[in-house]
Amino acid sequence: MFKIETTANRFIPHGVSACAGCGLELIIRNVLDVLGEDTVVVIPPGCSALFCGFGREAGMRLASFQGNLESTAAYAAGIRAGLAAQGNDHTTVLGFAGDGATVDIGLQSLSGMLERGDRVLYVCYDNEAYMNTGIQGSSSTPYGAWTTTTPGGKATRRKDLLSIVMAHDVPYCASASVAYIPDLRRKVQKAKDAPGPAVLHVHSPCPTGWGCPPAKSIEVCRVAVQCGAWLLYEYENGKITLNQKPKQLRPVSDYVKLQGRFRGMDEQAVAALQAQVTQHYEEMLHKSE
Amino acid sequence: MRVQLEQLMTTPKSSEYKTILGPCAYVFTSSNTGSWRIERPRVDFSTCIQCGTCRMYCPADVITIHKGQQPPLEFQWDYCKGCGICANECPKHCIQMISERSAE
Amino acid sequence: MSHYKMLDGNAAAVEAMKMARVKVISAYPITPQSSISEKLSDLVDAGELDAKYIRVESEHTAMSCAVGAQLTGVRAATATSSVGLALMHEILNVASGCRVPIVMPVVNRSLASPWSLWCDHQDSMAERDSGWLQFYCENVQDVFDTLLCAYRIAEDRRVQTPVMVCLDGFFLSHSMQKVLLPEQDEVDGFLEEYIPKNAYLNPADPMVINDLTPTDEITEMKFQQAVGFAQAKVVAGEVFADFEKEFGRHKGVVEGYRAEDADAIIITQGSMSGTAKYVVDKLREGGQKVGAVKIVMFRPFPHEALRQACGSVKKIAVLDRTAGLGAQGTPLWLETKAALDGDVDVRSYVGGLAGRDISPMTIQKVFEDLHQEAPCDEVNWIDCKDDPMHLREVPLHV
Repeated sequence: MFKIETTANRFIPHGVSACAGCGLELIIRNVLDVLGEDTVVVIPPGCSALFCGFGREAGMRLASFQGNLESTAAYAAGIRAGLAAQGNDHTTVLGFAGDGATVDIGLQSLSGMLERGDRVLYVCYDNEAYMNTGIQGSSSTPYGAWTTTTPGGKATRRKDLLSIVMAHDVPYCASASVAYIPDLRRKVQKAKDAPGPAVLHVHSPCPTGWGCPPAKSIEVCRVAVQCGAWLLYEYENGKITLNQKPKQLRPVSDYVKLQGRFRGMDEQAVAALQAQVTQHYEEMLHKSE
Repeated sequence: MRVQLEQLMTTPKSSEYKTILGPCAYVFTSSNTGSWRIERPRVDFSTCIQCGTCRMYCPADVITIHKGQQPPLEFQWDYCKGCGICANECPKHCIQMISERSAE
Repeated sequence: MSHYKMLDGNAAAVEAMKMARVKVISAYPITPQSSISEKLSDLVDAGELDAKYIRVESEHTAMSCAVGAQLTGVRAATATSSVGLALMHEILNVASGCRVPIVMPVVNRSLASPWSLWCDHQDSMAERDSGWLQFYCENVQDVFDTLLCAYRIAEDRRVQTPVMVCLDGFFLSHSMQKVLLPEQDEVDGFLEEYIPKNAYLNPADPMVINDLTPTDEITEMKFQQAVGFAQAKVVAGEVFADFEKEFGRHKGVVEGYRAEDADAIIITQGSMSGTAKYVVDKLREGGQKVGAVKIVMFRPFPHEALRQACGSVKKIAVLDRTAGLGAQGTPLWLETKAALDGDVDVRSYVGGLAGRDISPMTIQKVFEDLHQEAPCDEVNWIDCKDDPMHLREVPLHV
């Protein structure tokens, strides 16, 4: 059992070493709050590993395991099977990983878990680069964004995680945003109740890596949704539902100019990003009809 | 260091504990992240409508709402990092970030 | 009562895992391990084994699943070979560092490159510092027996360390031999139901496992592992004695064969040990006082037992099925050299790589070389062909 030395409203203490304004902290608080204590959590190295703790000090009070960057979904699948072998079908098994551990190095084990239909809830908090190692580009880094390994701005589009997930015909997956907390919480509940694997892809601002003031991190994510740079949608029983369908998208430049990472983009690059965003939004509108 | 094997029993030192070998965390504790703060939120309680938006978005979960009481908002200063999200998100613009020094 | 069955090494491994009542299986097929994956999935499918079978997409996932599953409080099973074991490397160290006592058959196969499907010990030798115990089997009966003992040793609270049980690819994995199998209730008497004795994942009694650990504690955690290895020598002795009492077959961490009065001995591991015994008998018939010593447990290395088995013999050949590139000698030679007094002439031989047969002739050549004067510090590539540097002569493009 845990030795309790601090107060907390739920499973995460108040004083954790996430950067000021970090979206991840808010996401994990809400995810765990909805899931409750009958949960086993797997977290790979990365920013979210701070919630596993340091030494004897734990960053959360739930049964949890810090895995490896490639195999969050694999550890979770093993835990699910171990619980099932003992007749436990009630515990939620949560994999909680960043974009690098999901769309890059962890994609294979995630795909295996999804294809086998293992009942695991997988949450990817996406801050669009390797932030914990110092802002290196990932395949989730958007077009044009500066990172330490895309110093001239990323030349390619981001990998579309949820399209890959949907290709596995999972019972439920959804995108969410830290700027829309009630929507996120509703989706966590739905994912928890899904009869098989479920994936949540949550936009998570990183003030340090995105180059925005900590106070603006929620606002930046809200503007991302208003511009269509981050779409909120759900996939359930083979059907896509767009949760936010603005009649008129705000120009993507509203999103770009809030962040230092896009400072190197010229007009042409912003126009290219705008074209990608508009095209993706129209595609999703079409698919959701 | 050379230790005789007989001495290396894995039994716990007291019956209230069990010995776990390898890495394991079991102390649920908090860091004093309030010490990071450069600015702190100051609330104009006369315009605060106690809607809870600041509480919902506070990453550190340090805001408590006391409906109908004075003051209606309470911050846990030991942990508030002073990120300013509450001030930025307040629909009534009744939270202002002030320098930590001027608050002292 | 016990009964005989014709089994190959992989089937014997499956019998042992089944009788150990493994509850979660995560295995990825690889030659020559594949029939282990297949037979386990057959048993689960037929309802003969009450376990969950996870059809994983890689060995990295296989080992990750096994660690996750076993931490929930059940015996987890997997098995691999060669590059599959290499892919597991990262998680092998997690299993040992978190003290998860998984027992895994490793069907020895050469490690690419060059690509080969056939047996040598490069794969498991590359993992000799991964914090796992290692046992090497001589024959198919040995595969079954060693696996059964391995569960007891790994799970003993004093050891709390995962175990690889290594069996030579094809030479054992695909060789049909007569095996004496005990009944399930006899095995249940020998091997108790699994209960987690260290860290576990249980929402009703939660803890965080494997978090970032500060420098000021990691030396101590490695020391804990070293203690587990030291205790494993004691525990292996106890378990082998208990095994002999229950099942009547003797096992040792080091086994000597006509070594007591020998002038020269050969040290071997795995299936070549049977050939070595055969050659010893033949040479003894011709009046040569030779003997053989088999290393059953390579990790922890039983240096005390080896010293005892070697007695006062002054001429020792170590035949290794791995090249040990760049070192002064092969891995088994290094261990042997360190274990014995400086005046013993211990020579390093490489042979049997990538399925090359270690025939009686090979072993005989080793003994002949050992009788030559002028001990040589170099590794002796005993079965290497002449002119090895000109294997490929590719036409020039003009």
